[in-house]
Amino acid sequence: MLDAYLLAFEMVFNPYVLGVMLLSGVYGLVIGCIPGLSATMAIALLVPLTFFMPPIPAIAAIVTTSAMAIFSGDIPGCLLRIPGTPASAAYVDEAHQMNVKGHPERALGIGLVFSVIGGLFGALVLMLAAPALADFALHFSSVEFFWLVLLGLGGAVFIGARRPVKAVLMLLVGLSIALVGMQNPAGLPRFTFGSVDLLSGFSLIPVMVGMFAVSEVLRSIIRPEAVRAPNVGGIDGIFRGMWGLAKKYPWPLARGSVLGTIIGALPGAGADIAAWMSYAMSKRFSKEPEKFGTGHPEGLVEAGASNNSALGGTWIPALVFGIPGDSITAIAIGVLYMKNLNPGPTIFIHAPQNVYAIFLIFLLANLLMIPLGWAIIKTARHVLKVPRRVLMPIILLFAMVGAYAINNNLFDVLIMLAFGLFGFFLEENEFPVAPIILGIVLGPMLENNFVASMIKADGSFIGFIDRPIAAVLAALTIAIVLWSVVSAFRRKGEEAAEGHVSEQL
Amino acid sequence: MLTRRNLLSAFAAVALASTAASPAFAEYPDRPIQMVVPWGAGGGSDAVARIIASLMEKELGQPIAVINKTGGSGAVGHQAIAGAKPDGYTIGMITMEVTTMHWVGFSQLKSTDFVPFGQVNFDPAAVTVRADAPYKTVGEFIEAVKAEPGKYKSSGGGAGAVSHIGIAGLMKAAGLAPDSAPWVTMDSAATAQQELVAGGVEVVGSSLGETRALTEAGKVRPLAVMADERLPGFDDVQTVKEASGVDWSYATWRGFAGPVGMPDEAIAKLSAALEKAYNSQEFADFMKNRGFGMKWRNGADFAAFMVEADIVNGAILKDLGLAK
Repeated sequence: MLDAYLLAFEMVFNPYVLGVMLLSGVYGLVIGCIPGLSATMAIALLVPLTFFMPPIPAIAAIVTTSAMAIFSGDIPGCLLRIPGTPASAAYVDEAHQMNVKGHPERALGIGLVFSVIGGLFGALVLMLAAPALADFALHFSSVEFFWLVLLGLGGAVFIGARRPVKAVLMLLVGLSIALVGMQNPAGLPRFTFGSVDLLSGFSLIPVMVGMFAVSEVLRSIIRPEAVRAPNVGGIDGIFRGMWGLAKKYPWPLARGSVLGTIIGALPGAGADIAAWMSYAMSKRFSKEPEKFGTGHPEGLVEAGASNNSALGGTWIPALVFGIPGDSITAIAIGVLYMKNLNPGPTIFIHAPQNVYAIFLIFLLANLLMIPLGWAIIKTARHVLKVPRRVLMPIILLFAMVGAYAINNNLFDVLIMLAFGLFGFFLEENEFPVAPIILGIVLGPMLENNFVASMIKADGSFIGFIDRPIAAVLAALTIAIVLWSVVSAFRRKGEEAAEGHVSEQL
Repeated sequence: MLTRRNLLSAFAAVALASTAASPAFAEYPDRPIQMVVPWGAGGGSDAVARIIASLMEKELGQPIAVINKTGGSGAVGHQAIAGAKPDGYTIGMITMEVTTMHWVGFSQLKSTDFVPFGQVNFDPAAVTVRADAPYKTVGEFIEAVKAEPGKYKSSGGGAGAVSHIGIAGLMKAAGLAPDSAPWVTMDSAATAQQELVAGGVEVVGSSLGETRALTEAGKVRPLAVMADERLPGFDDVQTVKEASGVDWSYATWRGFAGPVGMPDEAIAKLSAALEKAYNSQEFADFMKNRGFGMKWRNGADFAAFMVEADIVNGAILKDLGLAK
């Protein structure tokens, strides 16, 4: 293990990887800082570039960009009351109130310092938990993987989503998209309509770029949002008083980091849900909940740590099982496969140095956030002034070039544009797009493991529950689905009794 | 100053220059070459293609761009090579699947739709079991299958993969039905190995290079390799024949080719550059490092070999009920 770590050090600490991390750090901070451009989109646009890099710099680019973008989303939240990424939405009012009171440096300082602490905590949990879990996961056969995927899909739509029915619908759309092509156990072309281009199915990257980037471009055309330049002067003394806050709120900090990591590790839930839950939790357990929403630091500490720690958490199932924790890791898994670093328990045996290199990158990215984050806070005013009519065409251009570069195929550009339109209409009608991505990524895994299990058991369903781990996973999956259905009916019953039906389901 | 007229005349000059340098007049190659790989970036085939491309670049003095065209179990990329303009500027890697995919109906392409430059690799399938499995030799394993046909499941990738044909052929050569160790389709050789370790299947047919890491970790144990001789670097793994007396060898292979109709000059230069690349120390080191087997056949021998392999594979696939 020590040898592998030394090898990993060599792989990470070279000028090329460090240079890539620096550049992607700046890129992630800028994208995250611009309202409407999410961390997921930053990653989707980055993937075609990683195509031309060796595996380790490619992963470094993805990890660094996502960590920076999630922190950076706090900046416009504080200065403009518009969250830069969905992960900052939970506490945008709190941070903005602090700015109104004349302490933008305090709100941003909390965002930066506690993001770093949360991020480091998530990275440490990843380093300790993933190898142990991988050892255990070596006992997982296709049956266990089948239930695990089903559990992930169930968890994503029933726990993570605010509108479970719409989420289930979108999940089915994603699973249907995954049916196209001949990447199925029988190797038979399905829904290809005789097209050679559809034989390999829809590539994930063009679909993702379409849904996350093109749809955002469309939205900015239809609803041009006049972003005012924030009227704040120079922001100084970002780090002042942070030590005091850490000493004053050790429990919220620890709670936010732990909860964030756990939520990140659950499939389908990522940084944004972690921030919402941590902010709510902070308020509930606070000694002074009445101060929340008035520019009080406590919730910011907890939720700011939470959304960044979630990032490390999302990589646990991604590395150990190849099951994404959120839409960013869904893309990252695709990149891992492209770079022949197939995620799964065996990667810890085949190429431990690569896994350790990823761990080191996590630590390094979070430390890099301190100087780079400081710099972006100093220059945020100017970044926020970049006009949309300049930015959006550039994003569209990158999206097109990127989609083409994946397979050198014009067809992928058309796919991207089509899914851009589709994603735009879905989001306009409040259908979540993340379950579609999960469906596309996990659909083939679900099918392959189901078919393999059926062949192994000679067509008998008993094979799905006659191994102990499989039986436990099966029970858990069924329990989650039942619990959600029952509680949904109960809620409906209560609302009907009160004589009104909530639109907020 | 750059006026519009200047710009136009500049374009005209460039256009003239490029016509003057058309392949008919200049010496081949005078511009970059595309190398199509029918498999994904980062995989074994991709890695072999990329190192060969970088070595051939030096010989030819022109850059070679590796392009991955995946899909259809290799059909898409192979089609892109065979269907390219035969000017010597689009070439590609062809793999063992070129002799199976027309049998299973993925494609109409056959090996005769290509002009091969040479074969560079040859990886025999092997018989690998869990480390704690009761059988010590492949002969004992075959006896176990004979006693209870259908009980022991096998895997190693998708249907029609090298290990599938390898194991089915082994059963047939041992006088059993080809599907005596029923095949469990998995999406890749890597997932099949996970399945083996977890106890989901009893045997995989992947090559020794592919299972090396798990073997070294003490999780799996290779019983025998489907080759005529033991492999260099895996000297303690018996061949199927010496371990069980069953005469059976089977392997996957990779080579390079272009479309039919290329100019003779291009074929000669590309073949020579490939042979030089194959014989370089760099290539030998790379292949050893990755656990890939080396095998050289020149264009003519490779073409003849593929025609023969096509017939053998067709017979096995028909036996397995996979051929259309």
